[in-house]
Amino acid sequence: MEVARFWRTNKQRYQLVGEECPHCKGKIFPPRDICPTCDKEAKVPYVFSGKGEVFSFSTLHQAPAGFERYAPYTVALVKLSEGPMVTAQLTDVDASDVKIGMPVEMVTRVLREDGERGMLVYGYKFRPA
Amino acid sequence: MSFMKPSKPVGIVGYGSYVPRYRLPGEEVSELWTEGNAGLPVREKSVPGLDEDVVTMSIEAARNAMKRATGAHLTAENLQQKIGAVWVGSESHPYAVKPTSTIVAEAIGATPFTQAADWQFACKAGTEAFQAAIGFVSSGMAKYAMAIGMDAAQGRPGDALEYTAGAGGAAYLIGPIEDALVEIEGSLSYVTDTPDFWRRQYEKFPEHAGRFTGEPAYFGHIMSSANALMEAMTLKPSDFNYAVFHQPNAKFPLKVGGELGFSKKQMEPGMLVNDIGNTYAGSCMIGLTAVLDMAQPGERILVTSFGSGAGSDSFCLRVLRKPEHNGAVKTRDYVARRKVIDYAQYTRMKGYYKLN
Ligand SMILES: [Zn+2]
Repeated sequence: MEVARFWRTNKQRYQLVGEECPHCKGKIFPPRDICPTCDKEAKVPYVFSGKGEVFSFSTLHQAPAGFERYAPYTVALVKLSEGPMVTAQLTDVDASDVKIGMPVEMVTRVLREDGERGMLVYGYKFRPA
Repeated sequence: MSFMKPSKPVGIVGYGSYVPRYRLPGEEVSELWTEGNAGLPVREKSVPGLDEDVVTMSIEAARNAMKRATGAHLTAENLQQKIGAVWVGSESHPYAVKPTSTIVAEAIGATPFTQAADWQFACKAGTEAFQAAIGFVSSGMAKYAMAIGMDAAQGRPGDALEYTAGAGGAAYLIGPIEDALVEIEGSLSYVTDTPDFWRRQYEKFPEHAGRFTGEPAYFGHIMSSANALMEAMTLKPSDFNYAVFHQPNAKFPLKVGGELGFSKKQMEPGMLVNDIGNTYAGSCMIGLTAVLDMAQPGERILVTSFGSGAGSDSFCLRVLRKPEHNGAVKTRDYVARRKVIDYAQYTRMKGYYKLN
């Protein structure tokens, strides 16, 4: 597992820190330094509230390598209340209870672990609000 | 006797708790290992989900503490940069080497200019962090300090501890009295070398010295620490509205409280063990959050922890004002949010199965 890649994204994974465009005030997540709305430079950090709703979702029964112990789990497109859409796992919910439009909130959870000897990766998931 | 009173008054500026969603009823354990014959030390216990550990639970409790700490005169941003310490007490830190506290500090936005450390003293690791935070703030070395007691405890399958070893805990933001919800009037620590319970390095499960864990360990230390604090402050049990003791099972805290002279009515608001099990370093700390959710200004609270090995910290607290919750979940609401699991689901959540 690439430790440096995870370390660089700590702030966005732990706290949902994205960016705000100084020109059109659009909120950006994940941070990409260029506003997707007006194509201008946008580097002002912005902490998202973590509130949102389920836009779409899918339950995985065959998990990819590294996520086997969590299966089955639900991955959702979450529309954050500030606008941007993020892909994330849902947690603390049974797959049969997930509905489109369901209000959710961000929590920090274990995303995966690199075997028994490797590092633990923490980051955002969403649960029913 | 070394009674501890901060030279500059300090208090609890914010508090928050966390309990995972899953519950394992005692009958599930009793059915599997004793054909249902064993008496249950608690009704059920909380179990962390597959993606939860002391880091994630501490983060949520600390966020709840931050929510209650922020208000008209204190915004999240100016608070974050003034947190001079993030301390996590636990006996189940996810890494043997690599601090829990740096991850928590990063997640609550307190990095990089802050102290961070993991504390260890069995079930009193949380209250010792709390006690140290009082000194850190009172001395002026930090404006605010976050002290957390959190555990995802281990109990060997079939052992008596498997019924009770639960998960959860609480976070306290200690700060100057002007910002405080609760004043810390004084505290005291009582420690001896008493080997009642331990876990050697590289061992998965703890060992305990059977009956020895009762009289000389739990009862001896809690009685000595609580009595010494009350004596030092010339207070008696009737001067307190509430008392919260370490809760390894449903019987011990009521018994020790009764022997000290406290009534069931004083103890019940902080008793959570029948619903969530023993949360070890989080135990009396989360009990206190349930009390603070309902306590009225002017009311006084005694809190006494117990940690095997052994020691006990006692605190005398006085409520100054009611908190604004600002979206922070109340402790009894976490307790009520529950999904019952069976023993098979439990073994999976505890990671007892090897998948590859
Ligand atoms: Zn823009």
